[in-house]
Amino acid sequence: FPEMSYLSFFCLGPGAGQDVGRSCILVSIAGKNVMLDCGMHMGYNDDRRFPDFSYITQNGRLTDFLDCVIISHFHLDHCGALPYFSEMVGYDGPIYMTHPTKAICPILLEDYRKITVDKKGETNFFTSQMIKDCMKKVVAVHLHQTVQVDEELEIKAYYAGHVLGAAMFQIKVGCESVVYTGDYNMTPDRHLGAAWIDKCRPDLLISESTYATTIRDSKRCRERDFLKKVHETVERGGKVLIPVFALGRAQELCILLETFWERMNLKAPIYFSTGLTEKANHYYKLFITWTNQKIRKTFVQRNMFEFKHIKAFDRAFADNPGPMVVFATPGMLHAGQSLQIFRKWAGNEKNMVIMPGYCVQGTVGHKILSGQRKLEMEGRQILEVKMQVEYMSFSAHADAKGIMQLIRQAEPRNVLLVHGEAKKMEFLKQKIEQEFHVNCYMPANGETTTIFTNPSIPVDISLGLLKRETAIGLLPDVKKPKLMHGTLIMKDNSFRLVSPEQALKELGLAEHQLRFTCRVHIQDPRKEHETVLRVYNHLKGILKDYSVQHLPDGSITVESILIQATAHSEDQGTKVLLVSWTYQDEELGSYLTSLLKKGLPQSTS
Amino acid sequence: MAAHLKKRVYEEFTKVVQQQHEDLSSKKLRLTKPSKSAALHVDLCKATSPADALQYLLQFARKPVEVESVEGVVRILLEHYYKENDASVRLKIASLLGLLSKTAGFSPDCIMDDAINTLQNEKSHQVLAQLLDTLLVIGTKLTENPSVRMRLVEVACKHLTDSSHGVRNKCLQLIGCLGPVEKGVAKEVESQAAKDVQKIIGDHFNDQDPRVRTAAIKAMLQLHERGLKLQQAIYSQACKLLADDYEQVRSAAVQLIWVLSQLYPESIVPIPSSNEEIRLVDDAFGKICHMVSDGSWVVRVQAAKLLGSMQQVSSHFLEQTLDKKLMSDLRRKRTAHERAKELYSSGEFSSGRKWGDDAPKEEIDTGAVNLIESGACGAFVHGLEDEMYEVRIAAVEALCMLAQSSPSFAEKCLDFLVDMFNDEIEEVRLQSIHTMRKISNNITLREDQLDTVLAVLEDSSRDIREALHELLCCTNVSTKEGIHLALVELLKNLTKYPTDRESIWKCLKFLGSRHPTLVLPLVPELLSTHPFFDTPEPDMDDPAYIAVLVLIFNAAKSCPTMPALFSDHTFRHYAYLRDSLSHLVPPLRLPGRKLVSSPVSPSITPHEDPSQQFLHQSLERVYNLQHLDPQGIQELLEFTIRDLQRLGELQSELAGMADFTATYLQCQLLLIKALQEKLWNVAAPLYLKQNALASAAAKQILEETYKMEFMYSGVESRQVVIIHHMRLQAKALQLIVTARTTRGVEPLFGMCEKFLQEVDSFQRCFIAELPHMQGSFVDKLLDLMPRLVTSKPSEVVKILQATLRQSTFLHLPLPEQLHRATANIIEPTGESDNPLRFTSGLVVALDVDATLEHVQDPQGTVKVQVLYPDGQAQIIHPKPADFRNPGPGRHRLITQVYLSHTAWTEPCQIEVRLLLAYNSNRSKASAKIPKSTWSESLEALPQSENGIEGTIPFSKPVKVYIMPKPARR
Repeated sequence: FPEMSYLSFFCLGPGAGQDVGRSCILVSIAGKNVMLDCGMHMGYNDDRRFPDFSYITQNGRLTDFLDCVIISHFHLDHCGALPYFSEMVGYDGPIYMTHPTKAICPILLEDYRKITVDKKGETNFFTSQMIKDCMKKVVAVHLHQTVQVDEELEIKAYYAGHVLGAAMFQIKVGCESVVYTGDYNMTPDRHLGAAWIDKCRPDLLISESTYATTIRDSKRCRERDFLKKVHETVERGGKVLIPVFALGRAQELCILLETFWERMNLKAPIYFSTGLTEKANHYYKLFITWTNQKIRKTFVQRNMFEFKHIKAFDRAFADNPGPMVVFATPGMLHAGQSLQIFRKWAGNEKNMVIMPGYCVQGTVGHKILSGQRKLEMEGRQILEVKMQVEYMSFSAHADAKGIMQLIRQAEPRNVLLVHGEAKKMEFLKQKIEQEFHVNCYMPANGETTTIFTNPSIPVDISLGLLKRETAIGLLPDVKKPKLMHGTLIMKDNSFRLVSPEQALKELGLAEHQLRFTCRVHIQDPRKEHETVLRVYNHLKGILKDYSVQHLPDGSITVESILIQATAHSEDQGTKVLLVSWTYQDEELGSYLTSLLKKGLPQSTS
Repeated sequence: MAAHLKKRVYEEFTKVVQQQHEDLSSKKLRLTKPSKSAALHVDLCKATSPADALQYLLQFARKPVEVESVEGVVRILLEHYYKENDASVRLKIASLLGLLSKTAGFSPDCIMDDAINTLQNEKSHQVLAQLLDTLLVIGTKLTENPSVRMRLVEVACKHLTDSSHGVRNKCLQLIGCLGPVEKGVAKEVESQAAKDVQKIIGDHFNDQDPRVRTAAIKAMLQLHERGLKLQQAIYSQACKLLADDYEQVRSAAVQLIWVLSQLYPESIVPIPSSNEEIRLVDDAFGKICHMVSDGSWVVRVQAAKLLGSMQQVSSHFLEQTLDKKLMSDLRRKRTAHERAKELYSSGEFSSGRKWGDDAPKEEIDTGAVNLIESGACGAFVHGLEDEMYEVRIAAVEALCMLAQSSPSFAEKCLDFLVDMFNDEIEEVRLQSIHTMRKISNNITLREDQLDTVLAVLEDSSRDIREALHELLCCTNVSTKEGIHLALVELLKNLTKYPTDRESIWKCLKFLGSRHPTLVLPLVPELLSTHPFFDTPEPDMDDPAYIAVLVLIFNAAKSCPTMPALFSDHTFRHYAYLRDSLSHLVPPLRLPGRKLVSSPVSPSITPHEDPSQQFLHQSLERVYNLQHLDPQGIQELLEFTIRDLQRLGELQSELAGMADFTATYLQCQLLLIKALQEKLWNVAAPLYLKQNALASAAAKQILEETYKMEFMYSGVESRQVVIIHHMRLQAKALQLIVTARTTRGVEPLFGMCEKFLQEVDSFQRCFIAELPHMQGSFVDKLLDLMPRLVTSKPSEVVKILQATLRQSTFLHLPLPEQLHRATANIIEPTGESDNPLRFTSGLVVALDVDATLEHVQDPQGTVKVQVLYPDGQAQIIHPKPADFRNPGPGRHRLITQVYLSHTAWTEPCQIEVRLLLAYNSNRSKASAKIPKSTWSESLEALPQSENGIEGTIPFSKPVKVYIMPKPARR
């Protein structure tokens, strides 16, 4: 778990109670169930470290219930429970992750397994073989590649920054879609670019919110400070110890120091403690396309991860005289190599230790950061810390501004915040609702949020009909809806819009005509044909755009509407106008009747 | 008089030639005209299938068509167009029509009607679009004719309703390019369509196709470029387009908004969702700032670039762009910049070493925090942190432009610029250093900022370091600690990169002269003097010590109390440095001593530099003493040349001038020596010796004149005449020498004729200057011209010899500024004892790094020459991109030279040097003399005669040790 930041992680979906620090989200979208991330909690050593998968289904098999699992990146709090889930609980469906994640994830899992089983001696834990088997179920995806999980479900990965291979995923069923961001970073750093997404307008954006209430300063200042401190110490002839976790920020710091050494022509050696890292660096070298612009552009001349100044560390080097910089694991100075080196160097005020991340309470790292100068080591030894202690935070999560920026880019209809503290999320939620006028949710652990979408339903239309209908009237305008005439056929779960004739043909029905007739009484003492003439003139005067005709048999047609006049059988002064129209002309017909009902103007005669 | 007559004859002669030429060409064209179109006709008729016809057309398109036959070809094409059923062939014909109407000299109005007619019945959208494109070509050729334009615009408007985006695209393009710009025209022509092009185009801002939307905006911009004043109403429409889904639309919309903001900066626009109103330029600025965080980097670059040119924006909007409120856990946090500033102002100078140093302070009101600002907030903060370096560079450039126009903004943006000094991409770092230099008169660096700036001095890139030195030259530093810091860092730089010596000294010179009062308290420490004890005398050759002295002496210039602090040896060192590095050490008035180098008090003649006076005096002396005996003249010339050369070494600013005149005098001296009577009177058998001397002299003079003409920048036409004159004399000398040594008359004929031609062309080129050349060689020669033309070669030679000897030598007027082109190869250093080994037959790349000064157009003229020990020479033309321009008049060449050779048994040295190529066709004479007087006659000159190409070596050769090994089998 390289990126244990100083916030506790929230867990949504299959998690019981107040679990913190792992990601595992269940999304049901249009009948499809997708599990997003399968993280584990580092704080527990018992069953609670893994999500409670029985929550998903009590007695059925997981494979039947879940359509797919998506892993956003290789940090253990996002993928740590995967072998347990797939091999021990039992899941045989597809697991999706990006290529770098697929490459690096097993290394971390294996490392984690070794620590838990071999060192702590735990049983009932997944084995190496299980990790291998689990990885066989993984389908690797490329950025922006649309993967068809089944006929309806498709997923697509977007670049997320954060760590090598981190991705955001768009999950789409029909026209409903969800974007899950995983962890992401909106500001580029020395080895990775910024997260990017297109205007995909998902129904729901599930965003992490680790730094919901923080707006961070420019990275440059921090980098400069870091480099300056290292440089000064080295120039003084001191040694610099940088405790790091093996993956993620360590590579960034390496690149930072490497380029600085190159730029400033420095000669002091830089060492990196071996093991896990070498393998990881190998993958960093391979996945150049996932890194930032500078590394991508210069790799033709030189792959930046083929470090010129950074060499493998050997235990004996710690006693060498002269300046040096050493990256050593673990990052909190609680055990292992970093602690050994720290003990050797702590006594000299020329030396320096730089803590690049947060330290958990109780570790040596936390003690020296809080200003303790005398440490009690094992065996009642007192270690006096004379070396300088520096703190330098390099975090790769999006801050409040970054989150807002991503929302602006994607334009979702709803936002759901996870992976953060409730109080902080509350603030961000309020801001999001205020600025974007979209609904924002922040469910607690184990809580289910239901979002109602307003799906648009696609209808097939024949090209002939479409052309015919668009030809009527002016140019099509995007902004205005357009009225179309046709018959909607719902058959076999599909919708088609066809012309009435075709619909009749398909259904094998004969065409029926539906006519409306209406009688309008008009007070007019004149002869019938005179009345008809008056009506004709009146209509002609008003309906200029329509073809109004006076037929020789004494009737009037307006387009296809027929008007006939007869004298009333009882009252000769009253004329009865018979208006008849088909149901297609309903609009015009009803308009005509209402017009005639108003009576004829007096002046026409 | 003779000259005048001759000139007239020449002019008439050339005119005749030109007329003949015209006749000839037209005759030739008439012959070819029918064949071309007929052949096409036959081909097209032969074509059995559309594919065949297409092939013929493709072949036809490859050959050019003469102007006269264009119309015929067009007719034939149109004929086939109507007959053709296949759309692809029609498309090709349509595109050919466009190509043909582009033919220079062809006026397409005769085919316009036909082209418009073809539109009527066309069904294919692609062909329609192509036809409209053709019409656009026709229209652009006939822009002067308003009725044609009106007609085309009308046609375009008619097709705007087409359902294909391609057609609408072209229509909009056509309207944009040809739409009426003047209001008057629109009224005259009673056309419904043409009345308001802006409205027509504006209607298509909402087209369903993004390509059409882009075309509409582009058409609008085109109208603006053509001078139409866009209506303000478009602004709101354009603002909506900023939220478009497609990047090309947004990118074009940003441009449109910028244009409008420049047109109506002071108009008032309402802020939506409130009652307030702001200036349009401010609103537009805010909107463009918003686009700096767009999803597409193309739009971001565009937006960042345009921000720089919005100088009318009000200052408070401008300052918002650098604003970014930080918070942590809902509490306000100060930025690192603010913290640094506070630390500085509180007098404590330490960087935050504690955890929680940046701990957030006050709580903030959740309601007041605005996460997505609609306005300009933080635009530059985002731009400078962008992941694409293109955006960062654009942002730095914009920052530079805005800071130049607003001193307060310059002060504010300093922190951000300083941060950019640590960018990962060198280009960005360099750009930000340059930017800082440009705004440096508006700013004063705080100590912590200076600290960051100086840290970059250790950069391994020479470009960066030199740019930084330039920056420090014009920086204002606020405290004496700052100066001390700068000096310490510069000295560190000097020890790390000794090649930076000159640049660092220069930098310290300016630093000293800008901050005399800040240097004053530092003097005892810097010179390590002690009130009671004598300290050891520092080593005079130590570059670091020289650097310190340069700083102090330059500060002392405007600080009279400073010399009191100097110890004895400092004065001695001053005298030494004043002499050896006179361009870095200013003259000082030292108490109790005479002014060391300037006996004349500067207050009396402040403008007239004594060394300049000396130069003029010595020249005067040479010119006035014409009638001395030959021996005396020679001696005087020799002395003067020596003086001038020494002067050039001492006074760098006069070096060009002194060298130039010295070279000229040298030529004169050579000429005099060669013409000595004694030599010419000896008996024939001894000719050989004097011949060698005279011909060597002639050759050298020729070389020197080319140097004078092409190696100096600032040479004016007056000097060019004199140089050419000298060259003419040298050529005359050559002729005489050959005449005396060769037997037989035949070869002389050609030489004489050639020489006379040269005299002639000289006369024509410099007719305006002739009156100034009384009594000179050429003056006399021109008087004798009628005789020369008719006489035999032997006689010509005699006359020449006499004239050469009698002629006075010309006064060389000096231009204001004269600089000699110099080059200095920094790398390779030529000191390495390790040979560069490579396998024979393969190539090895040698890095060459050189500084060039006062070279005009180095890309075209500077070459690298490699000389192999076997005498083989190789000339390499560096790429234009290899030249950088760090400052006015200075260039830097960083290139790679590829070497290769067959195997050697021993390592051996090759020579690398820089050459200045010249071509007398590009002579400054022809470029600078007003054309009206002689251009006609010059055109008729045979080019080959004038076009002498050559190279001048202008750098010291550097030896490189190489060793091609035989290839191992």
